[in-house]
Amino acid sequence: MQLETAHFGVIEFNEEDILYFPEGIPGFEANKKYALIVDQETSTNFFFLQSTEDSQLCFIVTDPFMLYAGYGVDVDDEDVELLGITDPKTVMTLAIVVIPEDIKEARVNLKAPILINVEKKLGKQIILKDDSLPIRYYLQQNS
Amino acid sequence: MIGHDIELTILDVQGDQVRVGIKAPRNVAVHRKEIYEEIRKENLSAVAVKDTNLQLLNEKFKKKDDSTTS
Repeated sequence: MQLETAHFGVIEFNEEDILYFPEGIPGFEANKKYALIVDQETSTNFFFLQSTEDSQLCFIVTDPFMLYAGYGVDVDDEDVELLGITDPKTVMTLAIVVIPEDIKEARVNLKAPILINVEKKLGKQIILKDDSLPIRYYLQQNS
Repeated sequence: MIGHDIELTILDVQGDQVRVGIKAPRNVAVHRKEIYEEIRKENLSAVAVKDTNLQLLNEKFKKKDDSTTS
């Protein structure tokens, strides 16, 4: 299918790979379908979670385990059920990146990662109980 | 009590602040509303990204593992 994106124009995307978020994402509850896009031209650790229903809606995400030593995800039974998780190996964890006008303020939400059941193509932004995890983890720590 | 398995306890009262304890089974998600609101706000900021800023970030964090110098 042709997919109109916020950052890459119109791209070709396999419809079977569309991820379904039954509850949407807080702030965007009405948007439930997303495509996870990897930009092959840049070799960074950022990926794109693009809404397939609204071309302007796109989250930039990254792997929190690479950013934060000792990062752990403890999933509630409720979320395990919603995402149909039977094998932890099929779960992908992504953290939402915020890139404001002032790039020095670029940050990652470690408290509420997005979990994706890769096999069942289900996703949800969960809230971790660990209160030591920041909602705003600044990428530029020492400046 | 809320239902038969969620228990609310007032832990402490200091001036106009009240600390509330919530005991709930594992399958019930308990989150403070302000945390949820903050996450919602962060999400709203997250989707407003300019392409130029995206390029800057890409340059800055290109192959993060190789560039350990700051």
